[in-house]
Amino acid sequence: MAMTMHVDIVSAETEIYSGTVTECYAPAEMGEVGIHPRHAPLLTKMKPGEVRVVLQDGEEQSFFVNGGILEIQPHVVTILSDTAIRATDIDEAAALEAKERAEAAMADKKSDLDYARAKAELIEAVAKIETIKKLRKRK
Amino acid sequence: MSGAKEIRSKIKSIQNTQKITKAMEMVAASKMRKAQDRMRASRPYAEKIRNVLAHLAQANPEYRHPYLSEREEVKRVGYIVVATDRGLCGGLNTNMFKAAVNEMAEWDSKGVDVDVCAIGKKAVGFFGRFKCNLVAQVDHLGDSPSMENLIGTVKVMLDAYDEGKIDRLYLVHNEFVNTMTQSPRIHQMIPVAGQIDQELEHHWDYLYEPNAKPIIDGLMFRFIESQVYQGLVENIASEMSARMIAMKSATDNAGEIIKELQTVYNKARQAAITQEISEIVSGAAAV
Repeated sequence: MAMTMHVDIVSAETEIYSGTVTECYAPAEMGEVGIHPRHAPLLTKMKPGEVRVVLQDGEEQSFFVNGGILEIQPHVVTILSDTAIRATDIDEAAALEAKERAEAAMADKKSDLDYARAKAELIEAVAKIETIKKLRKRK
Repeated sequence: MSGAKEIRSKIKSIQNTQKITKAMEMVAASKMRKAQDRMRASRPYAEKIRNVLAHLAQANPEYRHPYLSEREEVKRVGYIVVATDRGLCGGLNTNMFKAAVNEMAEWDSKGVDVDVCAIGKKAVGFFGRFKCNLVAQVDHLGDSPSMENLIGTVKVMLDAYDEGKIDRLYLVHNEFVNTMTQSPRIHQMIPVAGQIDQELEHHWDYLYEPNAKPIIDGLMFRFIESQVYQGLVENIASEMSARMIAMKSATDNAGEIIKELQTVYNKARQAAITQEISEIVSGAAAV
């Protein structure tokens, strides 16, 4: 039997996923990381993107996280997300709209604060769209 | 019959009050269910982040966060007090304020100053009147508070800690035990209490990407935030159940009073009828 580890994905508002998996991929700040059981303890921030887990029967599940903290223990992975949703629940139209809105806001920047916020929104929207595209390709 | 009429209008007015309290009871009951769900939903995050922090305390980080180490001298302490926005919830707020004020008096007797950060309209009102140093306040967070509204207020206290203005930070809120019982709870947030002795653990440390300081800082900030949020959500669940109980007993009391008044009214009516009959009979006898 393949080695397994436990993955918990929680957001501030609710628990998204908790279960046993064989592999897990997460968007760490320095680039995507693939995690297998017995990974060295690691603590890092995450950027908006896709978290993918491979279950014991080979099935893949995909989640969208909007940044947060990733903690890895040899047999436990904890993903503390600011907000997380199941990838299939992403509303693509809303994401595209958000992207356009953010781009428009960046175009006529009034202050640095507005610009920074618009940029953050844009990154999030793009990450959402990317996640959906990946999900489609896999199907 | 003037007495009877007065009593009747009194009964009417109490019945109206009873209707209102009954409605409030039902509203509180349905809100309580939602608040409890919310409390349960945010619990996993609070628990998981506490686990991560416990791991971190066991590790031997190259960078030790100030929130993890105790300061030797305590000159000033901070309290974040979470209360409700609305009243009519029994002794919920009063009990909590009493507990908080007792602790503050203790600090005062030791010559330690107290800073207060008030969350919720009732706390703002109370600590505004009470002679203490109110440094931050926020109210009207609603029944489903969002983290964003809290961050600013909490940050005031964290900044005060970072600058060395306060040496300890406490959180005061009502703990939801069950629907019937809520108890005030005061617990220490910073320095993070309940250290695990490091001798037990072999010397290991996390890998940090890119480096330790920003991650641990971010983690700490999130931890404090989630603690305050959890406190707030729990307080709302407590508020709703306390209000439900208070309104239920108010409705019951109104029912009692109506029953008593009804008896008095019946007696008065009967007395009037008896009097009338005896008047008629004596009048007939005279003819």
